[in-house]
Amino acid sequence: MLGRTLQEVSEALKQGLVTPTELCQRCLSLIKKTKILNAYITVSEEVALKQAEESEKRYKKGHSLGDLDGIPVAVKDNFSTAGIETTCASNMLKGYVPPYNATVVQKLLDQGALLMGKTNLDEFAMGSGSTDGIFGPVKNPWSYSKQYREKRKQKSHGESEDSHWLITGGSSGGSAAAVSAFTCFAALGSDTGGSTRNPAAHCGVVGLKPSYGLVSRHGLIPLVNSMDVPGILTRCVDDAAIVLGILAGHDPKDSTTIQDPVKPFTLPSLTDMSKLCIGIPKEYLTPELSSEVQSLWSKAANLFESEGAKVIEVSLPHTSYSIVCYHVLCTSEVASNMARFDGLEYGHRCDTDVSTEAMYAATRREGFNDVVRGRILSGNFFLLKENYENYFVKAQKVRRLIAHDFVNVFNSGVDVLLTPTTLSEAVPHTEFIREDNRTRSAQDDLFTQAVNMAGLPAVSVPMALSSQGLPIGLQFIGRAFCDQQLLTVAKWFEKQVQFPVIQLQELMDDCSSIFENEKLASVSLK
Amino acid sequence: MWTRRVWLGLRASAGGRRGFPSKADPQGSRRVTAELIEHLERLALVDFGSQEAVARLEKAIAFANRLRAVDTDGVEPMESVLEDRCLYLRSDNVVEGNCAEELLQNSHHVVEEYFVAPPEKHMEITPFCLWTPPSKHH
Repeated sequence: MLGRTLQEVSEALKQGLVTPTELCQRCLSLIKKTKILNAYITVSEEVALKQAEESEKRYKKGHSLGDLDGIPVAVKDNFSTAGIETTCASNMLKGYVPPYNATVVQKLLDQGALLMGKTNLDEFAMGSGSTDGIFGPVKNPWSYSKQYREKRKQKSHGESEDSHWLITGGSSGGSAAAVSAFTCFAALGSDTGGSTRNPAAHCGVVGLKPSYGLVSRHGLIPLVNSMDVPGILTRCVDDAAIVLGILAGHDPKDSTTIQDPVKPFTLPSLTDMSKLCIGIPKEYLTPELSSEVQSLWSKAANLFESEGAKVIEVSLPHTSYSIVCYHVLCTSEVASNMARFDGLEYGHRCDTDVSTEAMYAATRREGFNDVVRGRILSGNFFLLKENYENYFVKAQKVRRLIAHDFVNVFNSGVDVLLTPTTLSEAVPHTEFIREDNRTRSAQDDLFTQAVNMAGLPAVSVPMALSSQGLPIGLQFIGRAFCDQQLLTVAKWFEKQVQFPVIQLQELMDDCSSIFENEKLASVSLK
Repeated sequence: MWTRRVWLGLRASAGGRRGFPSKADPQGSRRVTAELIEHLERLALVDFGSQEAVARLEKAIAFANRLRAVDTDGVEPMESVLEDRCLYLRSDNVVEGNCAEELLQNSHHVVEEYFVAPPEKHMEITPFCLWTPPSKHH
């Protein structure tokens, strides 16, 4: 049952083939069994069981709230959840219990979803590995998959089973791992420079970054206000569309959400490919790109072409400056957003009571890790009076050029862009930590951050396994507010490539029964 | 001058190293001087804490300097991707609030409905009287 899609389980619930409480308990049990992944910071067991009870009552009366009623979900720990600790994986907010729910969390709860817990991340969502939080790194479930282990046995012998575990990517690694390991059917992540799409690609799940302005940021602890977007992680594109349909829409509490009316939607099946135009940005073919990813990218382009779509090479001329521009804007906004953490009203407060400034400084030194402090300092540098024009404003101008590159390409008739999501498959943790966070972020965000600067929707869809048995995903980028069209193309692609299911029996002991094809094959999907 | 004293004290407790100027940047940009370090620490209320952190800033600056190669003549800065739309303004009515108690709960140091900040050391409170009470005449 846990291996099913959200849609399938929802149907099963409606038909009474399984109850919300059963589902909840199985997920809780699985969370315990997969504790080694360190995907969850907080498991909200009591809350989830209570929600399951209420959901069950509704189903008994035939009054289910909708597709998400009784469905276990997880939320990244930088979304405020009322009554549930929200830490951002930082000492600064350890023990902080918000008095309100983020809008997107509230929407999920209003639909009857069961909140399984808060997932692990890089501290304050700064990083591309989910390795730099105070609760430790998240391990990629694929490290324990049959697919990966079989390939490794062929290569090396006698290495300790766990020492070579792989990163999930980041910063929403906990959410990606939670979904990938079947502990929930959907998870919220956040995406500022690729933080939802990157771990999605590494963990073999679907990672959607909606258009900026489509989904409310109220309650999402902000990193970069002009780029942050709540992200959605699921095991298939249809599921992501269901969740987006619920989360999207104007929120009076977030004035950067657009006011256009938004309705939930189902994705059509693409049959006529001849009207579709796919763009391949040539500047994304970089020397750092692994040959495997490159070859899959090529294969995907050929696939679209062979089915009748128009596939053309396009140019995004300012691509090589995009990561630099992002770096300046990101650190500058971070410097501003992190200023609120002074120990006075909430969060960590140091013990010294010498003077206010000393208290602020000590609190922030104790509360933030090196990565966060580094970005605050860089950001403050770029915002200095003598640097403002040359760095911050300059970056804002370059941002316009980058956004304009995309507009030009879409205006020339391209519907969707196809690019890699990451440079390679997930790497072992021991390899990842050889470079510092800033360097890694600059490398790993290469294909994803330009999308945040332009505010466009993008989705990473798993395509195939690498020669090492690890997932590789590709990214589709759509026009602003054409999320539905984007997902329609992604859905078609997903169906074509038939990405394999992760085989985690070894990790699950006696949970293997979960993945057998149960008699529910007869569940009818209306 | 207490501010300066406090800062030096803080940095001493953090290891007390002085910042080193970076090697001359080939693009002739600013070097990270000890003065700059102090200035940034003051503004950010975050200390560097180590030589590595200073080196990281230097790398970050060098990285950012690549933007100089882009021709941005006549290009307006972009603040938001939604610049072509009107910002939503809700009506000026009170719709929520009255949650002082909830909010105060999250603070470590509260007195009645106040968040308490540490005292400013340089402000000494001495008894000071401009007015003397009239002597009690009968």
